[in-house]
Amino acid sequence: MNRIKKHPVLEIKERKEIKFYFDGQEIKAFEGEMLSSALFAAGIKIFSYHKKDSAPQGIFCANGQCAQCSVIADGKVVKACVTAVKENMKVQTLRGAAPVSCDKSDKKLSFSKIEEIDTDVLILGAGPSGLACAFEIGKFNLDTIIVDDKDKPGGKLVLQTHKFFGSVEDCYAGSRGIDIADKLADDVKKYPSVKMWNNSVCAGVFSDKKIGVVKDGVYYLIKPKVFVVAAGAREKTLMFPGNTLPGVYGAGAFQTLVNRDLIKACEKIFIIGGGNVGLIAGYHAVQAGIKVVGLVEAAAYCGGYKVHEDKLRRLGVPIFTSHTVVEAQGKNCLESVTIAKVDENFKPIKGTEKKFKADTLLVAVGLNPVNEFYTHALESGINAFICGDAQEIAEASAAMFSGKIAAHKVLKSLGFITSEVPNFWYEKLEILKSRPGKTYSLEELKQEYQGKVYPVFHCRQEIPCNPCVTVCPKKSIKLSGETIMSLPKFSGECIGCFKCLVICPGLAVTIVDKRKDEKNPIVYLPYENDPALAEKGKTAEIVDDYGEDLYKAEIVSVLDMKAENMRIIGVKIPAELAEKAASLRILSHEEGEKWRGDISKLDDCVIVCRCERVTLGEIRKKIKEGVRDLNQLKALTRAGMGACGSKTCNSLLLSVMKSEGIDTKEITDLTKRPLFMETEFAVFAGVSSKKEDKTSFSGF
Amino acid sequence: MKNYDVIIAGAGSAGVPLAMFLAENKIKVLVLEKKPSCGQGQNKAAIGGIRATHSDGSKIKTCLKSLEIFSSWHEKEGEDIGWRRGGYLFPVYREKEEKTLKELLKTQEKFGLNINWISAQEVKELVKGINEDGLIGGTFSPNDGSASPLLSINAFYRKAVSNGAEFSFNEQIKEVKKKGNLFSVKTSDKEYETPIFINAAGAHAKEISLMLGVDIPVKPDCHEAGITEPAERFVEPMVVDIREGEKSKNYYFYQNFEGQIIFCMTPDPQIWGYDRKSTSEFLPEISKRMLNILPGLSNIKVRRVWRGLYPMTPDGFPIVQFDAAGVENYIIAAGMCGQGFMLGPGLGWIISKIITKQASKEDESIYNFRLNRDFSGQEKLK
Repeated sequence: MNRIKKHPVLEIKERKEIKFYFDGQEIKAFEGEMLSSALFAAGIKIFSYHKKDSAPQGIFCANGQCAQCSVIADGKVVKACVTAVKENMKVQTLRGAAPVSCDKSDKKLSFSKIEEIDTDVLILGAGPSGLACAFEIGKFNLDTIIVDDKDKPGGKLVLQTHKFFGSVEDCYAGSRGIDIADKLADDVKKYPSVKMWNNSVCAGVFSDKKIGVVKDGVYYLIKPKVFVVAAGAREKTLMFPGNTLPGVYGAGAFQTLVNRDLIKACEKIFIIGGGNVGLIAGYHAVQAGIKVVGLVEAAAYCGGYKVHEDKLRRLGVPIFTSHTVVEAQGKNCLESVTIAKVDENFKPIKGTEKKFKADTLLVAVGLNPVNEFYTHALESGINAFICGDAQEIAEASAAMFSGKIAAHKVLKSLGFITSEVPNFWYEKLEILKSRPGKTYSLEELKQEYQGKVYPVFHCRQEIPCNPCVTVCPKKSIKLSGETIMSLPKFSGECIGCFKCLVICPGLAVTIVDKRKDEKNPIVYLPYENDPALAEKGKTAEIVDDYGEDLYKAEIVSVLDMKAENMRIIGVKIPAELAEKAASLRILSHEEGEKWRGDISKLDDCVIVCRCERVTLGEIRKKIKEGVRDLNQLKALTRAGMGACGSKTCNSLLLSVMKSEGIDTKEITDLTKRPLFMETEFAVFAGVSSKKEDKTSFSGF
Repeated sequence: MKNYDVIIAGAGSAGVPLAMFLAENKIKVLVLEKKPSCGQGQNKAAIGGIRATHSDGSKIKTCLKSLEIFSSWHEKEGEDIGWRRGGYLFPVYREKEEKTLKELLKTQEKFGLNINWISAQEVKELVKGINEDGLIGGTFSPNDGSASPLLSINAFYRKAVSNGAEFSFNEQIKEVKKKGNLFSVKTSDKEYETPIFINAAGAHAKEISLMLGVDIPVKPDCHEAGITEPAERFVEPMVVDIREGEKSKNYYFYQNFEGQIIFCMTPDPQIWGYDRKSTSEFLPEISKRMLNILPGLSNIKVRRVWRGLYPMTPDGFPIVQFDAAGVENYIIAAGMCGQGFMLGPGLGWIISKIITKQASKEDESIYNFRLNRDFSGQEKLK
């Protein structure tokens, strides 16, 4: 069973075991877990074979957005990633089209009227922005419904085992995402006027100002006075040969499998994308005991926070900047990945290819806002607001703050407050949304340390973060500039309390302690990985800021900070190296093999629209024939016509147009129509066995 | 200024096949379209049914021609437009509908159409899993069928272009004037002259016609439609249920060449206007009707819904008029009442014959569509 049995941060809870069947084979699962995770745990990674070309399909978004993980469960096509396993469920591989049960002609169905619900506020999404918004609105005792597609609130926070940036007072900086999710949900729970609808999806926003929501298979039409879209983001994807092989999927899907469902999804992964999502996913993989073979970033440097990059690099993960994936290979599932260096136009350079063995390739090339609900709401004249990633992609800290701003606007539009959103809120939001600022060299930051014990900061890049300043009991850590973006600086007294080391989300604070031995001080390093790799008495490979080998040091102490789910590792290091020591390295590098393919011959077979399996070659042909309207392109090729509703390929189609040299002004984008989520006739017809009492929809 | 033999307003269901046939006859034709590509008006909202089994001679003749064009396209042009000869089936559960349809059969048989009353058992064989409760029988016309509106219009468009027709997209007509023997057509940035101007502007035909001072009784109402995920094949014909529902008149569905079920409903009361945003009423209403007939579709998922405009005339018949209201060489081909997709190719063929003076008496049978009729009749099966 591919399950995570121990994890440095996450608690492995006892769960009830049940059984189900996949293509006749009995499989063990945990009660309530999603089918996709149970199948992954059993080593099953192919869920269906496509109708068009019988290509195997596996998990892709694990977020209920695409339909790549469709299987047949008890006779019905479902998305495995949002369908909970039930005892004795009969699950089958989906081959081609959905089955029709024509033998049911004698079955009398009874239909019930679709219930319409009036509410003051409807919030779509229980992630950081939606919950923060609900919290503010809850204070005014307004009827509020939060609709969320998962079984637990928190959005993507529940996947984030790392500590967050930002400021302590505004957004729980220094806390782990999973803990912030619980805190936000607990805050909202205090208000009985706020109802949480879990396992609920928005199927459509209609012209008569009603919003169609499916909760546990029952359809409701909700008529809110105000609609807040806090639906978050979806992952972008990339075009390369082999991009739809099972084993190639989004970083969010990986975090869902590993961090939420504790599945050891694979043995060896490769990552595309040096933004925060890719870097963090890599770190999470290492924590789960999965080997990260490498990470490629097409730009000359990683776009994510440097502290995230450093964490990964220092653990021993090779980061290939100015590189891209040229092909993913494998028969039915991913087996290897070929990368190559790119030139200034991001074109792969022949002869620089390297092939690595990997069973999983994570695509983490950025996010797109989920804003279609908002667009439709405005078109229908619904009083709507938008916040969080749905509005603009940024960190969770910014999402929470923008939820608060949206709440203010909601309350104002309902007449409960009269003041405008204070200007300094917007200023603060801008700071929280900031892209990383300047990166300083070690030389520029060089500092002479006095005293016998002191913190050393290994963060060199301006990001919105200040928890170390907040926690220092001696107020000896100050920001070197005006805003929260400035780097921290130590001056004054240090008592060696470790508070700054523990809270730093970037794991970028070490403590040098010369109190016992001036020449060979103890350096304390933060550690969030397998305890077995850093036991007292063992020798550890210590690396410097750049991840380069610095010293083989003896581990002299291990402090288990249970409340923070981390350890502080004390190593003895010569004084002249002590301030350079940044981390323990726990992974070894793998050398890639030479690859003998021809890059130029690959790309026409690349899949652009996954749902309908439309290739780049087909798209290019139509563009050459003069097609500039994506609606016409869709009519001709079916690109964008599939189950996901062009959520994945829309941006790819636009980028293909651009790469074929078409002026943006000539291009017409796709017209989006409901439904946002494929939904059964039975649901719309009000055929249902289970009707719930909505007063019990607390869901928290 | 560029001159053309014919300018057509609208690259939709009527305009594109008409341009194709005109260009085939070496007529220099330009199609002006305000949308960025062909078929982006109501054509793409069509569900794809094509039948000749109407109640009126002109319509029957036109659609027989259309059926010939759709059904032979793949063979002639080597291009699949999703044509399937699945027939049209009107299942009957009540005496009322039995009476209506049997009455209609007499007219249809008079025109030599292949349509028959079939037994309940035969209906069951045609629609696997159909609700048998109260099923009396139905009418079935095996020669009717369906094709993909999206693929068809693009096929006609490509053929039109290769025949030499010109299309100008993103170009909205601002003014049409008759100057002597010529029409001057002004768009946002260009001006053209042509001896023949054809109004094939679908839901917007009235505004174009008013530019020439000719009022036509065309105003759109809307119908909503939807499509499912692909399902295993279980039904070939278009199934039309003419009973009235709670909020609807008739409704119909079929399984297209990709296995997707496409369904549509006539709202009751009618909704007039140009709004094309989907309403919340449609899905609950049609899903009940769907599952009432076919409970086996319970778990089939609806993928997308849309709302299209039926450019309606008071009697439900199109308007096809040469020299409309005395304006010489002004041709109206509009008011298709939601049947532009199935009428378009046949009408295009006939109109092109008339323009090129090759029409037989038979071809001129579209006289029932003339503008100067009293519009008092009613199409029995809209």
